[in-house]
Amino acid sequence: MLQITNLHATVADKPILNGLTLTVPAGEVHAIMGPNGAGKSTLAYVLGGRPGYEVTDGSATFMGEDLLAQEPHERAAAGLFLGFQYPVEIPGVSSMQFIRESLNAQRRARGEAELSGAEFIRLARAEATELGMDVEMLKRPVNVGFSGGEKKRAEMVQMGIMRPRFAVLDETDSGLDIDALRIVGAGINRIMRAPDRGALLITHYQRLLEVARPDKVHVLAEGRIVRSGGPELAVELEREGYTELA
Amino acid sequence: MNQEIALKNREAHEAAEKLATYEWGFTSDIESEFAPKGLSEDTVRFISAKKGEPEWLLQWRLKGYRAWLEMEEVDWAKLHIPAIDYQDSYYYAEPKKRPTLASLDELDPEIRRTYEKLGIPIEEQKVLAGVEGARKVAVDAVFDSVSVATTFREELERAGVIFRSISEAVKEYPDLVRKYLGSVVPQRDNFFACLNSAVFSDGTFVYIPEGVRCPMELSTYFRINAENTGQFERTLIVADKGSYVSYLEGCTAPMRDENQLHAAVVEIFAHEDAEVKYSTVQNWYPGDAEGRGGIYNFVTKRAMCSGARSKVSWTQVETGSAITWKYPSCILKGEGSVGEFYSVALTNNRQQADTGTKMVHIGANTRSTIVSKGISAGRSDNTYRGLVKVLPGAENVRNFTQCDSLLLGDQCGSHTVPYIEVKNPTATIEHEATTSKISEDQLFYAMARGLDQEAAVALIVNGFAREVLKQLPMEFAVEAQKLLGISLEGSVG
Repeated sequence: MLQITNLHATVADKPILNGLTLTVPAGEVHAIMGPNGAGKSTLAYVLGGRPGYEVTDGSATFMGEDLLAQEPHERAAAGLFLGFQYPVEIPGVSSMQFIRESLNAQRRARGEAELSGAEFIRLARAEATELGMDVEMLKRPVNVGFSGGEKKRAEMVQMGIMRPRFAVLDETDSGLDIDALRIVGAGINRIMRAPDRGALLITHYQRLLEVARPDKVHVLAEGRIVRSGGPELAVELEREGYTELA
Repeated sequence: MNQEIALKNREAHEAAEKLATYEWGFTSDIESEFAPKGLSEDTVRFISAKKGEPEWLLQWRLKGYRAWLEMEEVDWAKLHIPAIDYQDSYYYAEPKKRPTLASLDELDPEIRRTYEKLGIPIEEQKVLAGVEGARKVAVDAVFDSVSVATTFREELERAGVIFRSISEAVKEYPDLVRKYLGSVVPQRDNFFACLNSAVFSDGTFVYIPEGVRCPMELSTYFRINAENTGQFERTLIVADKGSYVSYLEGCTAPMRDENQLHAAVVEIFAHEDAEVKYSTVQNWYPGDAEGRGGIYNFVTKRAMCSGARSKVSWTQVETGSAITWKYPSCILKGEGSVGEFYSVALTNNRQQADTGTKMVHIGANTRSTIVSKGISAGRSDNTYRGLVKVLPGAENVRNFTQCDSLLLGDQCGSHTVPYIEVKNPTATIEHEATTSKISEDQLFYAMARGLDQEAAVALIVNGFAREVLKQLPMEFAVEAQKLLGISLEGSVG
């Protein structure tokens, strides 16, 4: 589903990714762990298409298409969802409006009919309830005045409403207390665990992975995957730390 | 289209010049269609005679004209205004028809695209574009013809509301017009208002009787016998005791006009407990990307909150014109009267805007609110200029001012010039100002969710302007939102 081959990328001319190769087949959830500065967030941004993140070599395909040739909004329409480590505030725009306009833009791009207001509200309400979020919060401006944990939960509500084919979730677990972590982890399982879907969870810690159990765990260091294994690798890393790997 | 305008212009000018070579007796020769080029007492007399105005109005115009001769153009605004030769214009050239198109296919594709983005129905597009024979068809299609207009008029008349062109009102309600005309904006107020008082072409008169809540939003759009009111429009709204009216002016569709200079005057007079809500969407032709052409919009708008507890609320969305000079203001004279100003001013390319408000607190317990949102893109210049003045006798005044500026790109300018003059120590004045750039974080976040760059910019800008847009009547607000996005196309990236 997602195939990354020998990916090199720079930020402000500084090399961050140095030949990263990774494949996530449909129906699987993978995790990427690694120390600070290993290039985890850069990988997420490169996959999302953020300006300023320059790919200098290698390739990435998503469902057989060249991902790197697409604009960010085209990637979204193709079914890629990027969960932000620091979700952005947009004053004056309600989450309802933001998600609905975004989703309908995706649907138009895919040649699907737009959702009506009533359909959308039903969907939004159901997802908010599943993720333990007061639906009233979705009427407030996007992420404005939300706590760190609320922002992350709101990202999951967006993901639940948009139902992407593949999610790249950048430190979705940071800022969550233990109860919220369980809800978010269960949400990832519910939304992304399907034969035709997949996800890449980028995280520092193993605790999210206890709930959203990944099929594979990869260790990213100095811009490359240095080790891959099953879920037990996450436990080992938590115990041993990254020092020996780097 | 521009060529056609030029052609029509030339025809009009040639005809006018031909007439001008004859000996004119203005009072007798009102059969003529054109006044000669230039501005003189004779021009003023001609306009007045042409309109069949009473002597008092002619004298009022002449007084204005004579005062104007001694005045000087405004030079304190942060605007670069090219020299205007007032003798090189035509002040009366009716009928000034827009060029007629055989079909929409002949319309400038740029304008057509904008109509479509705004979601204007096809028949309305034809009217706006001046397609031959479209007006009647469109009126039939859109407003069910004269019958709707008549229904509106009847409904207004049942309520006792007077809603007329100012020329009609001068004939039908001379005492009312005479009483209030110039009572809020004196002729000598400023150069452009003074010019308007001498040569105003037409405009709107509204009177809401005591205790009446106007049964519908009044819009120039629905004005019966709406004619091209031209470059010197004059609006007078009188709200009697305890009445309410909401008035909408303007149009989101791009408006072209061959007159470069527009100098309108709007006066509002609010009696005890009356409330007037005045909303404007201004989208005159801003000129091309290099700043060639475009309208100069020099407008004087002022409200007199004369009665106790009266309230006037100005809401404006300004996206058009090459140069905007405009300060809708409130004189808060009545005890406990309230003035509000909500503004979005967007400038792109080479546009210049110097706009804001004046809140003059004369009465005790008067309150004012100012919310200004300036958006600058391209190489434009956008200035908020506002005065909050509290006179010595005004006890317990409250003012809250918020001025926010949003910059797109690094070639544009944004300026905030607040003047605060407080002569009474009991006043509470708050002023907040922010300037920010549209952030790459926001843009990328919105694009990562599926919006293309233009939609993302439009969304963020609309969020920025939301406090103001929500003051607009519903259908106006929806169009204004789209308009902000369209006006910024191509300004990022």
